[in-house]
Amino acid sequence: MVEKEVTIKNETGLHARPATLFVKKASSFSADIEITKDDKTVNAKSIMGVMSLGAGKGSKVKLKAEGDDEQEAIEALVDLIDQGLSEQEGG
Amino acid sequence: MRGVAASPGIAIGKSVLKMEEALKADEREISPDEVDGELERLREGLEKAVEELKELQEETEKKLGKEEAEIFGAHQMLVQDPEMVKTIEEGIKKDKKNAEKALEEAVEQYASLMAGLEDEYMQAREADIRDVGSRILRILKGKSDEQAALPPDSVIIARDLTPSDTARLDKERVVAFLTADGSRTSHSAIMARSLGIPAVVGLGRDFLKDVDDGAKVIVDGNEGEVFLNPSEDKLKDYRGRLEEFEQEKKRLAQFKDVKAVTRDGEEIEVAGNIGNIFDVEPLLEQGGEGIGLFRTEFLYMDREDLPGEEEQFEAYKEVAQAMGDYPVIIRTLDIGGDKDLPYLELPQEMNPFLGYRAIRLCLDQPEIFKPQLRAILRASHYGNIKLMYPMIATLEEVKEANRLLTEIEKELEEEGIPFDGEMEKGIMIEVPGAVMIADALAGEVDFFSIGTNDLIQYTMAVDRGNERIAHLHSPYHPGVLKLIKETIEAGHRNDIWVGMCGEAAGDELLLPFLLGAGLDEFSMSAGSVLRIKELLGFWTKEEAKEITEKTLELGTAEEVEKFLKTHKKTEK
Repeated sequence: MVEKEVTIKNETGLHARPATLFVKKASSFSADIEITKDDKTVNAKSIMGVMSLGAGKGSKVKLKAEGDDEQEAIEALVDLIDQGLSEQEGG
Repeated sequence: MRGVAASPGIAIGKSVLKMEEALKADEREISPDEVDGELERLREGLEKAVEELKELQEETEKKLGKEEAEIFGAHQMLVQDPEMVKTIEEGIKKDKKNAEKALEEAVEQYASLMAGLEDEYMQAREADIRDVGSRILRILKGKSDEQAALPPDSVIIARDLTPSDTARLDKERVVAFLTADGSRTSHSAIMARSLGIPAVVGLGRDFLKDVDDGAKVIVDGNEGEVFLNPSEDKLKDYRGRLEEFEQEKKRLAQFKDVKAVTRDGEEIEVAGNIGNIFDVEPLLEQGGEGIGLFRTEFLYMDREDLPGEEEQFEAYKEVAQAMGDYPVIIRTLDIGGDKDLPYLELPQEMNPFLGYRAIRLCLDQPEIFKPQLRAILRASHYGNIKLMYPMIATLEEVKEANRLLTEIEKELEEEGIPFDGEMEKGIMIEVPGAVMIADALAGEVDFFSIGTNDLIQYTMAVDRGNERIAHLHSPYHPGVLKLIKETIEAGHRNDIWVGMCGEAAGDELLLPFLLGAGLDEFSMSAGSVLRIKELLGFWTKEEAKEITEKTLELGTAEEVEKFLKTHKKTEK
């Protein structure tokens, strides 16, 4: 199991498009991933769960992954949040 | 009854009520033996829903473009949402509810959760969750997605139309739609305009109670009026109007696939102004031969942050590809003035139209401007794109904008990203000072496009939004006409072409004046294209030149208007 705490930096927070991006990324891993804010924990692959956290700019969230690709999953998600949850890839 | 005129046109038809409530889940307590069967049924239902949505996404992408299709991608995520699926499964396993009821309760729970959040975007997701919920429920009840055969001349009436509804509307049978909720910018209104179906929205919830299924309805999408069970006289009146409308449409249809030519055989480009990809199909249907103005503001509005380079690139590329070989002039961000972007937190100004706007803002904040320039350049590889800077007042502005552009071209070259190195660059002529230095400006660009709305406002010192002085905002004022003439001449002196993308380009009275002045391209709203193509065919270049010269001898807007009215042509 891997755990890591991060702070949301982008203006919008984990809402709207950024939340969708986050969930899409989380869903691309096989590990079970949870995201916790304050005392609420939800499945990181659930768009409704993630949006209902109400994690705005400056919120601290804890990510927890368990499964084969847990390490990659945490790294990728932390990266995504650190980069401000913007759409950078594609083309 | 009056609502918001959301999409123009007139229709007479029969009401078809589309009530979401029609689909209700039956409640049934299940025995422990049945649990596995219900879970399996749910799984199959969810799979089927994802399949349907994938198909719908592909179909919509073909019809309306990638961006509009994305909503169905989001719906797929909702159908497969692990939290919601878990809630439904628990309803079956623990509460021994049948799949339909368990689904309905879960949907209700998540929809109200979203509705209760403060964020406006999240509140809007409530409708998506309900839309997805009805889809799964319908599948569980064993009904197909094929629309129950609609009678011809259907006027669809609903509280609001969801993206799923509008994507599947049978255009052959639906003549109009009416909704209780919504505004001019709501999804159903935008879709109605892009489908070319008259619509009135925002009629209020009481309207739904008043109307019966199968009632006769007149819809006047121009005025936003709806008549239920109209009298014979009313029907006669509107049948007449509809007839006129249809005949005009038929007559003008002959100009759709032919180039606009003057009577003496000179080809003139007649293009359209658009705000987004939805405007492209209607424009092509109306015979537009290009896009003279693509207002990019739409991409920046109604959201919480700036659109990224990638998103813009996709949007521009999509339009360029949809237009094929036809030119697409993309105007860089024209924000400020009366158009604000709240997330930029621009300071309030005493005179916003004379203030920090358009190219001024973009040059001052290259971090906003550069991603747009990059996106446009990258998209130029996929079609016939031209770039246009708004609100140019000085030579330095054009030079600075072009310098940035060259910088980005170098970047792209180094990164090995393809773009059109020959892409034409132009400026909007909206400021009288720019007309005065047009010769110098022409040296830096490949074309001018005259933006008459602002040119009039700045020439006449008239706020175009102020009703008390609205009469002064006239394209017929000789001062304005002289500036237009001078702009075209300066362009031609320097071997560049000159177009017009303001409302005046679609003004029937002004047409001979503009033609005679030598305008090379007319760009207007889609609705005027066919009529202007027809009118251009009535004139020879020589006849038009005479009109231009005589018009310029007149001293007042009133005289000009009168002169143009007495000299307009109604046939070849």
